[in-house]
Amino acid sequence: MSWGVNWKASVGLLGVGIKYLAVTLLVPLIVALAYGEDIWVFLVSMALVAALGFAVERVDPDPDLGPREALLFVSLAWLAAAVLGTIPYMLAGYGTASTVAHPVNALFESMSGFTTTGATVLGNISTDQHSHALLMWRQLTQWLGGMGIIVLMIAILPEVAVNGAQLMDSEAPGPELQKLTPKIAETARALWLIYFGFTVLLAALLYSLHLLGMAPNMDLYNAVAHGFSTLPTGGFSPQADSIGYFSAAVQWVVIPFMVVAGVNFALFWHVLRGEAEVMLENAEFRVYAGALAVITAVLAILLFRGAAPPIELGGTTQGVAGNSVRQAAFQVGSLMNSTGFATADFAQWDAHAQIFLLFVMFIGGSAGSTGGGVKIVRWIIVAKAIRRELFTSAHPDVVQPVRLGGNVVDEDAIRGIMSFTLLYIALFALSAVFIALDTTRVGIQLSVLESISASLATIGNIGPGFGRLGPFGSYLFFPNTSKLLMIFLMWIGRLEIVPVLAIFISGIDTR
Amino acid sequence: MHVVVIGAGEVGTSIASSLASDHEVVVVDVDPERAEQLKYELDVLTIAGDGTTSDIQTAAEVGRADMVIACTDNDQTNLVACGTAKTLGDGFTIARVKSTDFLQTWNRSEGAFGVDFMVCTDLQTAENIVRVIGLPAAIDVDPFAGGLVQMAEFEVDEESPVAGQTVLEADRYESLTFVGLFRDGEMTIPRGDTGIEAGDRAVVVGSPESVQGFATDVAPETTPGRADEIVVVGGSEIGYQTARLLEEIDFEPRLIERDADRARWLAENLPNTVVMEHDATDTEFLAREHVDEADVVVTALRSDEKNLLISVLAKRLGVDRVIAVVDSPDYVTVFEEIGIDIAINPRTVTAEEITRFTYESVAENIAVLENDQAEVLELELTDGCGLVGRPISEIVAETDARFVIGAITRDHEIVTPRGDTVLRPGDHVILLVETDSVSAITSMA
Amino acid sequence: MSTTIRVGWRASVGLTGDVLAALPVPLALPLLIALYYGESPLPFLAAIAVSLALGAAFRSVQDPEQNLGPREAFLAVAMIWFLVAAVGAIPFTVAGVGTVAHPVNAMFEAMSGLTTTGATVLRDFSLHSRSIMMWRQVIQWLGGLGILILATAVLSELGVGGAQLMETESQTEDVNKLTPKISQTAQLIWGIYFGLTGLAVVVYFLLGLAVDPQMGLYNAVAHAFTSVATAGFSPEPLSVGAFHPLIQWAVVPFMVIGSTSFVLIYFAINGEPMRLLKNEEFHFYLGAMATLATIVAVGLFLDPNTTFGAEGTVRHAVFNVVSIVTTTGYASTDYVQWAPAAKHMLFMGMFIGGMVGSTTCSIKSLRWLVAMKSFKRNLFTAVHPEAVRPVRISGKTVDEDAIRDIYAYLLLSLVIFFLLAIVIVVDAERADARVDEFEALGAAATTFLNIGPAFGDAGPYGTFATFPMTTRAVMIVLMWVGRIEIVPVLVLLTKTFWTS
Repeated sequence: MSWGVNWKASVGLLGVGIKYLAVTLLVPLIVALAYGEDIWVFLVSMALVAALGFAVERVDPDPDLGPREALLFVSLAWLAAAVLGTIPYMLAGYGTASTVAHPVNALFESMSGFTTTGATVLGNISTDQHSHALLMWRQLTQWLGGMGIIVLMIAILPEVAVNGAQLMDSEAPGPELQKLTPKIAETARALWLIYFGFTVLLAALLYSLHLLGMAPNMDLYNAVAHGFSTLPTGGFSPQADSIGYFSAAVQWVVIPFMVVAGVNFALFWHVLRGEAEVMLENAEFRVYAGALAVITAVLAILLFRGAAPPIELGGTTQGVAGNSVRQAAFQVGSLMNSTGFATADFAQWDAHAQIFLLFVMFIGGSAGSTGGGVKIVRWIIVAKAIRRELFTSAHPDVVQPVRLGGNVVDEDAIRGIMSFTLLYIALFALSAVFIALDTTRVGIQLSVLESISASLATIGNIGPGFGRLGPFGSYLFFPNTSKLLMIFLMWIGRLEIVPVLAIFISGIDTR
Repeated sequence: MHVVVIGAGEVGTSIASSLASDHEVVVVDVDPERAEQLKYELDVLTIAGDGTTSDIQTAAEVGRADMVIACTDNDQTNLVACGTAKTLGDGFTIARVKSTDFLQTWNRSEGAFGVDFMVCTDLQTAENIVRVIGLPAAIDVDPFAGGLVQMAEFEVDEESPVAGQTVLEADRYESLTFVGLFRDGEMTIPRGDTGIEAGDRAVVVGSPESVQGFATDVAPETTPGRADEIVVVGGSEIGYQTARLLEEIDFEPRLIERDADRARWLAENLPNTVVMEHDATDTEFLAREHVDEADVVVTALRSDEKNLLISVLAKRLGVDRVIAVVDSPDYVTVFEEIGIDIAINPRTVTAEEITRFTYESVAENIAVLENDQAEVLELELTDGCGLVGRPISEIVAETDARFVIGAITRDHEIVTPRGDTVLRPGDHVILLVETDSVSAITSMA
Repeated sequence: MSTTIRVGWRASVGLTGDVLAALPVPLALPLLIALYYGESPLPFLAAIAVSLALGAAFRSVQDPEQNLGPREAFLAVAMIWFLVAAVGAIPFTVAGVGTVAHPVNAMFEAMSGLTTTGATVLRDFSLHSRSIMMWRQVIQWLGGLGILILATAVLSELGVGGAQLMETESQTEDVNKLTPKISQTAQLIWGIYFGLTGLAVVVYFLLGLAVDPQMGLYNAVAHAFTSVATAGFSPEPLSVGAFHPLIQWAVVPFMVIGSTSFVLIYFAINGEPMRLLKNEEFHFYLGAMATLATIVAVGLFLDPNTTFGAEGTVRHAVFNVVSIVTTTGYASTDYVQWAPAAKHMLFMGMFIGGMVGSTTCSIKSLRWLVAMKSFKRNLFTAVHPEAVRPVRISGKTVDEDAIRDIYAYLLLSLVIFFLLAIVIVVDAERADARVDEFEALGAAATTFLNIGPAFGDAGPYGTFATFPMTTRAVMIVLMWVGRIEIVPVLVLLTKTFWTS
């Protein structure tokens, strides 16, 4: 049977990428050396990954990608990264009580990392059970996935840069690709540099807080680890209490970086070139900033009036304005941009506040940011298109294009955005039902909020949900079938559904 | 003056006929019959042939021409003709174009295509329509500095709120200057404390927005406000430009266009216009969209017959003012006779604009007021001229000439003149001068 | 002048007046029943008086000069649905018995009836007189009739809602050209509606004679009124579960037919059954019901807590799935007691709905079908960027504008549904009435999509009276908005509707 796709080209190029994945394993290796931990895990992993890379590369030494091959390549690249990312987990966990020794759990953890979801099945998050090096690998997967592994490949690998625009378009979050420079590799490099810069800045700030004595728990290891998972809107933390483990000062420092992570990185590029007005006049940025402010304010009022239980990690909020604002800003910043950090166990808050946070989870970050979810620009366009429908139903002859920041949005793009949004909601709803049914099958009763949030938190790459999946909970108790579905949801959620599904369709339909 | 007119269509003929009495005019046209015919109609020399070639232009003695006017129906022909003319001599070249794209290119770098002055037929017509819509109370309106500045003359009647105020009180606008006040046929140069009385005629110079605002102050009843409904029928270039210019002065017009693709294009390019895709001759549609309640209807379809039909329909439905674009100059009177308020002929507009231009000497643009008592001039200041490099108050103190500087444009931005404003080379100065002092001023420039 | 109203509202008011003036005709039926059973006729006389008075007042405003354009039609549709419900509420308040004596509850019950929702705020069914219970049924039947007129004659003219797709759907060039005149088409459709109702009366009554004495003439008429209208009220507190299994089976086909396109039924009766049988929406609609029923049946069978036996399991699964998907809202058993898996399936079923051009509510199969095909097309064009591929339903191309409309409609519905669920939870908490999330989601879906019963306290054997008054008021509005396909109400809220 013909696949209608030159899969050899996609796979061949994949080999090139895999080779370089081995290099990234140097980071946990160094950590292992520094802490005097077992380095064999990472050495063996590196050898395996590199060998596989060299082998696969031979499938097609001179790959040439068309649109179909590009879609296949992008889909496969993410899958391959997640699969290979499991090797350290399984090797380190072999023969111990570690939950991630099981392949499904390892894949869940790895996919959750690369897609910057932040949902975890690690039963006991502490350096007592897992090595510093392994937990650092967990953080690093998020950082690699944040700006996009394809964008990274385009930035550094000339072989990949040839088909760069096509590839980046399939991976970039949001409806369209913005090319900042004539050469796509330069665009990719600019984006990664900005991303890298913010990461270094955050790690440095956190560590200096520690040196100033304002953050006793934030040592160099934690500073780097949290730098690695804040900018990609990841959400993993080597601490069981997430950011709640650290002082209020640390929490205040992390908030602006989460907010930054939800902004279109191309806008920062303009700011760096001295065109700050491009950012301030960007329609999506304005809505994003406005929504953050309004939602934070509402949640802060709810918390102030006592939506959280009296004794809370990070301080009581009822009647304490400072704590209320901090908790509200942190949770909103974390959930709207799909980071998934927490400074409070919002699974314990009352129904008002929880439903409100569920609503926030639907929004998502900006297009071109590292955030997940539906993305703000899509909601803006959907709202405008609906308003237009209302207008034209009263005035049937009126021709009215939808505008975004003065530019006309193409009708095909509007249809694409509406169909994406619906598909997203439909997939989310069907998965929620599947998860509910599957857990019932094995005798676990999920509440509706739990099943809804399990589905939403994975497809939107958010991480924590409600109930047992709360920020300090775990996805461990789900049956393997549900975990596999969630792995799939994280994968297609990160790639915004179309590339993955299109590959399935073209597998069937070879015309 | 030796003037060469290329293209003997309606515009060319009209220009040639108004110049023929005082100047030496040569008309070039590709159609030998037309050339032959014109020879007898007007006192001009006619040459049959392609006006873009240097052979024909040499025959028309373009080399010694003071002015070359290219006004065929084809934009490219006109531009090439001007370019060719520049290779033969240094006469002042004027090109008529339809496309606003060429006009934009030319505005960006004057002298492009070898054209010294460009008249855009459709834009000119649209500007004319918008002026008629916007300032019904004005006796006279003229654009200066490429439309950045407007001069308008208003009659202040009994009911006007401005009557009884001083100039200082009446002038609430940053970029508006009172340049003259006519009372009982006598001109005075107004000062801050000059009172305005009913029956006066006030001449103001300023940005189109401020002139519009002042018009509302003078005659709040008749001057349209932002809430007024303006319906443009027909998405031709004139219709599009009219809607675009209306948007610029904060109106939200409605535009009716029949063709789906054109309607979509219009809707995309006119963010504040409601574009409707329908046949405007459908009375049911007109009733459904309440076109009868519109304050102004502009018909800008490509066919005169349809414009006539819709104008009559709109009048019957009870529209206050109907402005029709009439392609054939012969019909203008017909339209106005059957009750259409204003009929505008694009060719006449173009011909008038070009003819007006031929009168000028140093001044780029002039308007004559009140039986030639005063003139409003636009001067482009050159490096060596006597007005440059000094504050205005100094110039005023030095000369006996009676004049008021109304507005200055510098790099396509309007600058409000103050006593301490220093004029620079390249500035366009719009000023009102008493007729007696005109030569004094032009000699300084 | 931005303040002038540019809508010919007098024409809309006049039309509303015409409809109100005709209301005494349906009100006569419960009046006769009241006289027959010796109950108080006062509630219905009051309603007749009010409808005549309002009708006359509204008609006097009418301006024959104004014609009914799309905007006027939107206004009229919104007003008619609201005011008929208001008049319909009068008998409940005047009778003054039970929970519905309160005006808000009376309005809830009447709106639920008119919109063929079937959600009730009655607590104790035995308190109420037979005539009042029959009025509940009649108002539902009226609602079904009204929506048919709206769907076949009015909305297709306006190009709004699912109706614009009827042309594609019925595979005719124009729905209105079934016969040369719109009024004739409408009469044909009503004829089918009357005929089906009559048939249901006969079938129910005969079965009642044969197997179940409880299904007398009164109940036969009462249930006939609400099964073809896919409405869901029943004078029995146990709904259709009160009757013999055979009668339950007999109700199923009437619900299915009630949610099938009446235009296609017309063709089927007139010797072109293939139009119906080959229709893709029909396949989708039947397929969805079959799939859900199978899953529910399997779920019930595996669940140790439910013991219905083989026939009972299949019957309950089929009956309740059909009842929910067709948006009827009957129940053969209290499915609130079922396992969560089965309840989830019913919840999903709420969003599907029957076919366009029927009495069904909810989102409607055709919209989902078009959306699905359009998704597939999107995926296809992602792989083949240059491909031009129209979306086809039953071989006919669907207009791109219609696809956009459908997307907008689906998204709007989902957003409104979600917001309503939030309002229900928040309001319940404010009033200290604990409503769990699933109950809130169910109640939001069931009222906005006009289905009827939900889960928890608002289940098929429960009542909506447990929700706070404010929640019920919001539900009244959303039943109204949902039934007339959102757009006619939402456009009234835009400024340009009135002024430009």
